Order: sequence, then structure tokens, then C-alpha cells
Amino acid sequence: MNRIDQKFRDNRKLLSIYFSAGHPNLEDTVPILKKLESSGVDMVEIGLPFSDPLADGPTIQKSSTQALRNGMTTDKLLSQLKNIRTHIDIPLVLMGYFNPMMQFGIEKFCKRCESIGIDGLIIPDLPVDVYQREYKNLFDKHGLYNMFLITPQTSEERIRYIDKVSKGFIYMVSSASVTGAKNTFGNNQIDYFQRVSAMRLTSPTLVGFGISNSVTYAAATQYSNGAIIGSAFIKFLEDKGVERINEFILSIRN
Amino acid sequence: MNYNVDEKGYYGDFGGAYIPEMLYPNISELRENYLKISMESEFKKEFDDLLKDYVGRPTPLYFAKRLSEKYNTKIYLKREDLCHTGAHKVNNTIGQILLAKRLGKNRIIAETGAGQHGVATATVCALMGIKCVVYMGAIDIKRQAPNVARMKMLGAEVYPAKSGSKTLKDATNEAIRDWINNPIDTHYIIGSVVGPHPYPDMVARFQSVISEETKWQLKEQEGRDYPDHVIACVGGGSNAAGIYFHYLNDERVNIIAVEAAGKGIDSGESAATSVLGKEGIIHGSKTLLMQTHDGQITEPYSISAGLDYPGIGPMHAHLYRTKRAEFISIPDQEAMDWGLILSQMEGIIPAIETAHAFAVLDIRKFKEHEIIVFNCSGRGDKDLDTYIEHFKL
Repeated sequence: MNRIDQKFRDNRKLLSIYFSAGHPNLEDTVPILKKLESSGVDMVEIGLPFSDPLADGPTIQKSSTQALRNGMTTDKLLSQLKNIRTHIDIPLVLMGYFNPMMQFGIEKFCKRCESIGIDGLIIPDLPVDVYQREYKNLFDKHGLYNMFLITPQTSEERIRYIDKVSKGFIYMVSSASVTGAKNTFGNNQIDYFQRVSAMRLTSPTLVGFGISNSVTYAAATQYSNGAIIGSAFIKFLEDKGVERINEFILSIRN
Repeated sequence: MNYNVDEKGYYGDFGGAYIPEMLYPNISELRENYLKISMESEFKKEFDDLLKDYVGRPTPLYFAKRLSEKYNTKIYLKREDLCHTGAHKVNNTIGQILLAKRLGKNRIIAETGAGQHGVATATVCALMGIKCVVYMGAIDIKRQAPNVARMKMLGAEVYPAKSGSKTLKDATNEAIRDWINNPIDTHYIIGSVVGPHPYPDMVARFQSVISEETKWQLKEQEGRDYPDHVIACVGGGSNAAGIYFHYLNDERVNIIAVEAAGKGIDSGESAATSVLGKEGIIHGSKTLLMQTHDGQITEPYSISAGLDYPGIGPMHAHLYRTKRAEFISIPDQEAMDWGLILSQMEGIIPAIETAHAFAVLDIRKFKEHEIIVFNCSGRGDKDLDTYIEHFKL
């Protein structure tokens, strides 16, 4: 069974963390993963840096640019993760834009992911229909889940369709925005969480974008199976460093 | 072979809409409406009237006598440089603003490199009384101060793109992010035949007025409505798409696309995407683009700010791959020389982008009876500083 499915069987509210691989320092990837797991994080999205991350806000853009400057590449990241399953048991998802994966070679990329023990991928600029048509078979063959996004503007019909073709979970983007930390959610967002919750989807949902503290985490997980934190964690890493990751995780779960 | 877009939004291997889910509703709305709306007779009339009375169309198809004599062939110039705002860009912004109005949008965003598309967008927004925000790379804002001032005079807000390389590709990223953040009231006017489907086709159609006019103008002057060669410069490729459009499937017409070689193809400072690019995804479109081995998009270089885009429109990538079009790249120096030649032989100071196209005359031999149409896409006013510096005027 895929580790992602296993996680959701526990029926707890999950906390998933995103970070850009290669930031703050090139070799931080594995130490960050170890700290996250020991701090009780349920899942990790490892960001593959890209020069033109058009769905990301300033924090992730900056970390991505820094990671590239540090020398991060697709090949480098996969090498860093080569023996990761000897240390880490939680689900690992790679999140990145499609062009670097294309240049690496999608088939080769999927093979490497499978051999490492990557559980799934999130590729924001690979649309559902193109995935279904051209890449689904390949991903399936290598046991990789591909998670899709929905937003407050996604129609009910399309949410139903995405639910039907989803594996793992649905990534609920909290608001019409690029990534970035926010302090509270407005009524519109809560309405949207409630609306999707009332649809009783087959796939679990994780809320992402704009989660930054215990308040937004609690609000988001009230209507979903968990939440994903990216920008706020990256800022913490920059300020406090890898050693103190558990403080951040405690502050969220508080 | 069909060189127009197919029903899925592809030109052969290229095109499509590789967009984040956040943009799906906006792009679907456009895809479902752009053909329907632009075919309506009321839309057509408003579009045609504005092109005529406001832009100054039809632009002349001018027989360049001295140039023709010198190169012993028949050379025509399609005078898009005479359009209001100084280039062909306004054909597209007029079309898109009329479309945006009909879709109920009350805010316009645009990206701009040198500022020509930004000015053309700010112009039509002023014309329609619609709020306008233009994203421009922080470096370009410094380099192109007069166009920034023009946009501001026209009432637009100019936001600097401070991410990445702080130039056109980053301005485009910022505009896309703005659209993600404002999905309901905002229309994004892309300035070239790039971006996710339906943009490349939509922009090409609005620009197709260029070849539509060329056909009847040639018929009047030469007794036949097609030339032997059409030649245009290609950055993203909107002026080229406009002059090629009605000749794409007419194999009697040889299509020549001219890219900017910058300081030379192998110099590391070039914008010759067809030679240096590989298939990939940029700004929501699968096309040829300049990138590292690892798939990071690189910064192109050309002396002309309008040609330094790291990709080319998917239509052009298809024309290149199928060999329907002949691609030629011209270095800075030759382009600059042609800025002077055209000025002194025909009394037309071209934009540096446009000057690249003419340099083909030194490379390719044309026959005496052949008819060549150059798209004279823009005027050189905006480039005076570069000309002054280069020629120590």
C-alpha cells in the first residue's frame, strides 16, 4: 500500500510540510527531512527548484532561486535522496514544475523516484487532462501518485472529476492566490472549505497556501484531513535554522 | 499539413495549456468564448472601425523602389510602423480589450519588455476607461524610461518585476501571478503569440489583419494576392504570425523568420531560440525555449529588447520543425547597420527588431521577378538612444 494512503487511514488531522530542496544550504535536504520526521510531521513535499515558479509567491520564489544558486538540480536532489528510505518512513512527495522533469526525461524521472521510494508528485503546471492522456500509465507503472489541485474557483463538476481521477489526496488551494503565508482566513475561505467538505469527496483533502500558524492550521483542518505549510516554514528555516525545526512544528500543533 | 492551431490547442507537437489549476477557470472562459465573440458581427464592426479610425488602418503596402533596384528584386514593406503607438502591437490590444469588455472584465494586466506592448495596452485601456496594470522587469524599467513615462501618462500603473532576471520573462511570471490572485475581474492581455492556448491563436487572429490587407493590396499592385517570400522578425512572434497568417497554408509563399543572433549564436549572448532552444514549457506553452541542461529557463540577449524572449510562439516552433519556414538569425551589428540603410535608402527609421528582418537581403539571393513582402513591424523612435550610442550620432 502507498504510504500516503496508509497515512490517511489513521483518520487524524495531518500536517505536511513543504520546503525547497537546496535551501538554505545545498546539503540541507536530508537533515531537514530527518528533523521533520522526528518532530512528528506526517508527510513532506520536497520542492524541486525552478527558475520560473509562476504559481509561487515571493518566499518560495526566493528560496527556489537561492537553491538554484547553491547548485541544486534534479539529478542532485535525486542523488541526495538515494538512501533516504533507510532513515525516513513518512510519505515523501516531490513537488515541482514540469519543465525540469521533462528535460530530465519523464520515464527516467519516474524510475528514479520509484527506486528511491518517493510516493507521489505534485506538478502544478501539468494539467489533469494532459496527465490523464499522456503520463498516467507511466506514473501508475512506477507506483507514483500524482496529486491535483482545486481552488475556490474550481467548479463543482470539475471537483467531482478531479476527485474521481485522484489518488492520494486532493490539494485544496485555500484562496485565489499564489503561495504565501497569511495570518487568518476570511469568511469566503471558510465558506469554500465548508462547501468542499459538504461534497463528501472520496479522496482526502489537504489544505495548502496561506497556512502559517496554529490558528490557520486549526481553521483549515476543521474541514479537511490536514494542511500543508510551505512559506511560513521556509521563513522559519531562514531565521532559526534546521536544528530548531521541532519548535516550529510544536507551535503549529499547539 | 495544417499550420493553424488544432481543436486541442496544439500546432503539431507544440502549444497546449500547461497551466496551474488556479488559472483553469480564466483560460477555459477565454477558450470557450474567444472565437464566438470575435466572430460576432457587432464585435467585428467595432474592431474594424477602431482599426480604421483609431489605429489608422489599412497600413500602406509600400513598394520600396530604391531598395528593389539595389537588390534587383521587388521589395514591398507592410507599414505596421505607421500604426498608432508605433508598431503592430496595437492590433492585438484593441482586439483583446473588446473581448475583455464583453467578458465583463474591469481590470487589465499586461507584461512588457521594451514597453511597446505596455504602451499599446495602456493606450486601449485609456480609450475604454479601464484600469490598467503593466508588469515590467525592474531592469527594463531603467532601460526604457520614455516608454514607462508614456504608460504613466496614459494612466497605467507600472509595477516592477523584481524576481529572477528582472526582465520580460519575469514580468510575464508576475502578470500570471497577478491573474492567479485576481481570477474574476481581470483580463490578462498577452502581447505575443505565446502563453497557454488560446492565446497564441487569439493573438495571431487579431494580428492576421496584416496579411489580410497585404493580400488585396498586392492584388491591386501586382495583380496577384501572394508574394514569393514573406519576411518578419521573431521574438515571441506576433508580427510574424500576423504577416504569415493568410499564407500559412499557401505553399507558393516561402516564409522566412528572422531571429536575433545577438552577439553571435555561440557567444552565450543570443536570442536565436530555434537554434539554441529545446522543446520545453514556458509560460504555459510547450514550445522551443532556451534553457539549461537541467531545464531552468535562461536569459536571452539581443540589442533589441523586443526580441530577447527565451521562447518562441508554438506556431513558429511548428513552422520551424516542419521546415515550413526558413529560420535565419541576424547579429546585433548587421541589424543596426540595416537601421541606417533603411533610413537612408527609403526614409524610414525602423525599430531595431524590424531592422533584423531586412538584413536577410544581404544573406539570401532573390530573383529579379520575385515579390518579397517585409513586415515593417515598428518604427525606430523608441530606439533612438540605442542608435545614438551605436552610431555616435
